[in-house]
Amino acid sequence: MYIYSRAVYFVIALFFSTIAIAEARKSVTIAAPWEVASYDPAVSGFAIQKLQIMENLVDADESGKLRPGLATSWRVSDDALTWTFELRDGVTFHDGTPFSADAAILALNRAWQQPGVLAKAPITGIVKVDNAVVFTLDKRFSALPAILAHATTIVPALSAFDAEGNPSALIGTGPFQVTEFTPPQSIELVRNDGYWGDAPLIEAASYLAAGRAETRALLAESGDADMVFTLDPSGFSRLADIDSVQTVAVPIPRVVTLKVNSGHPFFNAPRARQALSLAIDRDGIATAITRFPEAAAGQLFPPALNAWHDTSLPPLVHDMEAAKALLTDLGWAPGPDGILERDGERFSILLRTFPDRPELPLIAAVLQNSWREIGIELEISVANYSEIPAGHQDGTLHVALYARNYGLTPDPIGTVFQDFGVGGGDWGAMGWENAEVAQALGSIAATGDAKARTEDIAKVARVLHEELPLIPIVWYQHTVSIASGLKGVIIDPLQRSYNLSKVSWDE
Amino acid sequence: MLKSLFIALAQRGLQAFFVAVIVGVVSFAMMQALPGDAAFRIAAGRYGYDMMDAAAAEAVRLELGLNRPFLVQLRDWLWTLAQFDLGESFVYGGPVSQKIATQLGFSLLLAAGAVITSLLFALPIGIAAGLSPGGVIDRISLAVSILLRAIPAFALGIVLVLIFSVQLKLFPVAGFRGFSYLILPSLTLGLGLAAVSNRVVRDAVVEAMSTEWRLFARTKGLSANVTMRRHVLRNASLPVVTYVGVQMAYLVEGVVIVETVFAWPGIGHALVHAIFARDIAMVQGTALTLGLIYVVLNLVIDITCRGIDPRSQMT
Repeated sequence: MYIYSRAVYFVIALFFSTIAIAEARKSVTIAAPWEVASYDPAVSGFAIQKLQIMENLVDADESGKLRPGLATSWRVSDDALTWTFELRDGVTFHDGTPFSADAAILALNRAWQQPGVLAKAPITGIVKVDNAVVFTLDKRFSALPAILAHATTIVPALSAFDAEGNPSALIGTGPFQVTEFTPPQSIELVRNDGYWGDAPLIEAASYLAAGRAETRALLAESGDADMVFTLDPSGFSRLADIDSVQTVAVPIPRVVTLKVNSGHPFFNAPRARQALSLAIDRDGIATAITRFPEAAAGQLFPPALNAWHDTSLPPLVHDMEAAKALLTDLGWAPGPDGILERDGERFSILLRTFPDRPELPLIAAVLQNSWREIGIELEISVANYSEIPAGHQDGTLHVALYARNYGLTPDPIGTVFQDFGVGGGDWGAMGWENAEVAQALGSIAATGDAKARTEDIAKVARVLHEELPLIPIVWYQHTVSIASGLKGVIIDPLQRSYNLSKVSWDE
Repeated sequence: MLKSLFIALAQRGLQAFFVAVIVGVVSFAMMQALPGDAAFRIAAGRYGYDMMDAAAAEAVRLELGLNRPFLVQLRDWLWTLAQFDLGESFVYGGPVSQKIATQLGFSLLLAAGAVITSLLFALPIGIAAGLSPGGVIDRISLAVSILLRAIPAFALGIVLVLIFSVQLKLFPVAGFRGFSYLILPSLTLGLGLAAVSNRVVRDAVVEAMSTEWRLFARTKGLSANVTMRRHVLRNASLPVVTYVGVQMAYLVEGVVIVETVFAWPGIGHALVHAIFARDIAMVQGTALTLGLIYVVLNLVIDITCRGIDPRSQMT
C-alpha cells in the first residue's frame, strides 16, 4: 500500500513537472492585476496593446521615442493643420484579411467619437486618401503622432466587429494572436507566424488577471507565472530572496498627488498650499508605505518623464514649523481644541480618495495625522474614484488624493494641457489658472521645435512647483518579477507593451 | 407519484416567475438608490481612472439614456427581459447573457467541486463520529471543525497554496486551464463546508441511531450492517441533503473571496465588480440568474428528498 501510494505520488508529480518543463521553454505566462472583460479598444485597449495583439499606427520604444508602427511615415502640411500617415503595405490581420486604410479609418473614427485621447485633440476629420490616413485639425497640434501610440487607438480588423458595429473579437495585426479569451480573467495567445515585423521567439503566451497581490506573489514564487506585474511591498521583498525569480522596480511617470481646490477660501493663497505641502513627510511615506525611499516626490513630474522632470528645481521639503508660520501669516489661529480658526471658521476639510490603489488610503491616514499637528482637521472619504471628477464639477471638493499618469502617451502634453490649461481639469488644477502656464502649454502643444518646447516646459514645471495647484507626494515604481532564465525582458516605463515578442528562454 | 411531481414542478414554475419579477424590480430599485452618479461610475469602470473624466461621464449618460426617468428605464428593461434578452453590459459591451453563461459555468463547476470535496470529508467523519458520540473521533472532529470554521477562507486558501503549490509543486496556484486548477479552490471551500456539514451528518446519525424504529429493525433480526444501510443512513440523509442544498446556494453566489484569490472567473466576483461599476444590466442579469438558480436548487432538493423518503410519495 505504501509503495503503491508513493508510486501514485511520483506519477502525479512527474505529470505536473513534465507539463511545467514542456511549457516553460516555449511559452510565457504573465500575471497582472488588470482584468480584461471587453473586446472594445476604448475599454480593454491597454491590455490588447500590451499583449501585442493589436497595433497602433505609431509605435514607441521604452524611452518614449516614436517609431513607425502600422504607419511607415508621417508628415504635416505647411500650415500644420493636416497630418498624413502613410500605411504599411502587405500587412494581414490574424484572420488572414488584409490590413487596409478602411480598417484604420474605422478604428480611429470610433476612438475619436468615444471619450479618450483623440476626442480631446483638435481634430476635425479623419479620412482615407489612397493608402494613407489623413487628419485635419483646427489648431496646430504637434503631439498627434504620440497620441496615435495610445492604447485606445489600436486597429482591430473589420471582421472584429459584429453586424451592429460593436467589437466582438480580438483580431489584430500584432505578433501574437488570441486563441482563447475568458473574460475577465485570461487570454491565451500563440505566435502570429505571418507577422510583418520580427517574429516572436516564444511560441505561445498567456495572460492571467489575478486581482490579489498575494496571489500574484505566489504565482511568481511557485513558477506558475513567469512575469508578474505590480507586486505589493511585502510580496516584492519576499520574492527578492528567492533564487528562481528576479525582481525589478522601474520608475514610471505616475505620481501620487494631492489635488487642492484652489478656488476654496482656505486654499486660494499659494502660501496655504505651500503650508499643506510643507506638512507632508514625503520621505516617511516613501520609506514606510510605498517602500522606495528615493521616490519621494520632490516635484510633480517624475524622473521617468525625462523631458519634463527639472533637476534644477529645489525639492519640496518637510518643515512643520514653516507650515505653521505660513498659516499664521494667513490669519489662522489655534482654537480651543488646537484646530485652526479664522473669522469663526474651523480649518476642517474633507479628503476624497479611493481604495483601488491600496497605498492611497494609507497615505491619506498619514496626511490626517501630520496635518492635525499643524491644526488642520482632515476627514477622509474612501469611495469610488469617480467622486473626484464629480466633486471637481460640482465644486464641492476640498482636497483629493490619487495617482496621475503623465505617461499615457509618449508625449505628455495632452495630459498636462488638460490638467493645467484654461479651466483646469478633472484630474488637474481646480480653481487655479495661470496665464503664463496656459500660454506656454499652448505653444508646447502647437510646436514641434525642440528648443522652444524645452524653454516652455521648464516654465510650466517652475510655476507648478511654486504655486502647487497639485501637491505631489510620491512617484511610482513599476514592480515586476521575472523568472530566472527568461531573456530579453524589457520593462516599458510607459507600460505600453510587455515586449513579449523579444523574450526567450535560456537554453 | 407523477401527479404530485407535476404539481411540484408547476409550483416551482410559478415561483420562478415571481422571483424573476421581484428580483428584477428590487435590484433595479436598489441600484438606483445607491449613492453617487451612475454615469460617473460606469465611465470609471469603462475607461479606468487615467482616462475617465466628467466629459466621459456625460457621454455615457447620453449613450445609455441614464437621464431618462427611473420608471422608463425599468419598463424598457422589463420589456427586453420579456423577450428573453438580458441586454448588453453597460461597462464592457456585449450581451449580458453570454458573460453570465461563462461565469455561471465556472461557478457551478467550483460549487460542485467544493460540495464533492466537503462530502468526501464530511460523510465518513460525520458517520464515524455519529456512531460513537462522545468518542475519540467525535471529539477530535469537533475540535478540528471549530478550528477550520474559524479560519477565513482567504487565509486557508493561501496556506493551501503555500503547501501544495509552492512547497510540493503539486497543483497550480491560480487560473483555470485544466482539472488540476480546480483542486485547491475546491479544497479551500470544501474544508470550510465540511467543518459544518460533518457535524450535521453526525447529529443526523446520532438521532437515527437512537430511534425506536432502529431498535425494532435490530430486534426483528436485521444485522447491524443492513440496519445501517437500509434505515439509519437513509433517514439520516434527509437533513444532510437539505443542508447540502443550502450550501450549494451559498456557494454559487457567496465565494467572492475564494474566486478572487484563485483568479477564478466566477459569477460572485463578477457581481461584486458589476455593482462597483454600476453595470446595471449585468447586476440585473446576474441577480435574476441567481434567483432562478435558487428555485431550481429547491426543486432538485425536493425531488431528491422525495426519492429518499418513501412517505412523501404517498401523498
